Amino acid sequence: MEYLAPNSLKDALILLKKWRSRGELIAGGTNVIPAMRAKAIKPQILIDLSHLKNLSYIREEEKNIRIGALTSVSEIASSKVIQKNAAILAEAARQIGNPLVRNRATIAGNLADASPAADSAVPLLVLEARIIVEKHKGKPKQIPINEFFMGPNKTVLKRDELIREIVFPKPVPSSRMVYSKLGLRNAMAISVVGVGVLAEMKNGKCNRARIAVGAVAPTPRRAHGVENLLEGQAVTEELIDQCCEAIQKEIQPITDVRATLEYRRSMTSVLLKRLLQQVFSQGHV
Amino acid sequence: MKKKRTYPIQLKVNGELKRTEVYAGETLLYALREKLDHTEVKEGCGKGDCGACAVLLNGKAVNACLTLALQADGQEVVTIQGIGTPERPHPLQTSFVKHGAIQCGFCTAGMIVSAKALLDRNPHPTKQEIKEGISGNLCRCTGYKKIVEAIEDAALKMK
Repeated sequence: MEYLAPNSLKDALILLKKWRSRGELIAGGTNVIPAMRAKAIKPQILIDLSHLKNLSYIREEEKNIRIGALTSVSEIASSKVIQKNAAILAEAARQIGNPLVRNRATIAGNLADASPAADSAVPLLVLEARIIVEKHKGKPKQIPINEFFMGPNKTVLKRDELIREIVFPKPVPSSRMVYSKLGLRNAMAISVVGVGVLAEMKNGKCNRARIAVGAVAPTPRRAHGVENLLEGQAVTEELIDQCCEAIQKEIQPITDVRATLEYRRSMTSVLLKRLLQQVFSQGHV
Repeated sequence: MKKKRTYPIQLKVNGELKRTEVYAGETLLYALREKLDHTEVKEGCGKGDCGACAVLLNGKAVNACLTLALQADGQEVVTIQGIGTPERPHPLQTSFVKHGAIQCGFCTAGMIVSAKALLDRNPHPTKQEIKEGISGNLCRCTGYKKIVEAIEDAALKMK
């Protein structure tokens, strides 16, 4: 195995194009190193992105928040900008892995790995993030995150492309957003179910709703059917119950070592109910 | 057979400059233990679940098993031995001994590294914050209560 450590994005893209069939990108290493150890991947060339320090940032603009691909999960969890504008993302980041892992793991790595249970994907889906993808001698692409995941560990990324940035519009200040993860323990737990809700209220009605789920389908995904039920409505307990029923049509969970299909189905509705009650209580219902 | 390619690296380990040669996929943990004789850094699971191999990399606690040796090239590594010595132990080390927070001792090095990183950024953590701070470190003797108490006490002593 050989090791290459580009010092600029441009060099990284050139190397990626040149070695795309035999190379493996590594940044935080929290996915790649265990995969190499388990011989699940056997790269001939490791292309280390960790020297691209200028891809680690969180920027607040007038309308958008921009997160550099190599920003660590712990930086996102503790960022004042993220806590203020996208608390749901800070909350999810705080629950990824454990403190040691969060110091290494990067946001782009969590997305590119495309685990159906990727914890950062659920909040980024409700925030309607776009993923900025670069390739050598190509125009940067903006991929809406709901079109990014193709299946377990599969994304639309081609072998010569890499993530440069994640960008999402700042939610309006009045919006409420909550996240809930069910794991088998508190730390180092792969989600059994993850649910995120973002809602904007107007005149006592739900003006806009964004709902996403993780670990209950081949990819993290939006639950559009439930969003449609909520938008334009005054949210009542009955409507919340309808949403919890409707979400069942939007998920295709499986049985694995962590939980059965039935348990995941049941808990998706339980978590959604708790979150909707939380979001639509406090004088809004 | 073609010889596997190695790469020279240079690390500052506990303040001392060290040089060695490593393979592309070699972890920092392997380099520390097998090439630089820092066997105080323990290998438990080797995949980021147990925290026995925790070290400070540029002041941040990380799993040495999830970091390439090459990624630590030119950086500063602190192991449990860099936190304190038998002659001049760190308050955390004294406190672990005093509280009986060490049973078999295998998790202790990583546990204290995580605790040190926690106290560096949050000198007065609550019990809950301590538990979260060491949530990447497993103690198979399950001596967590004494470990949490030892960290609480050390934080008080360091005031």
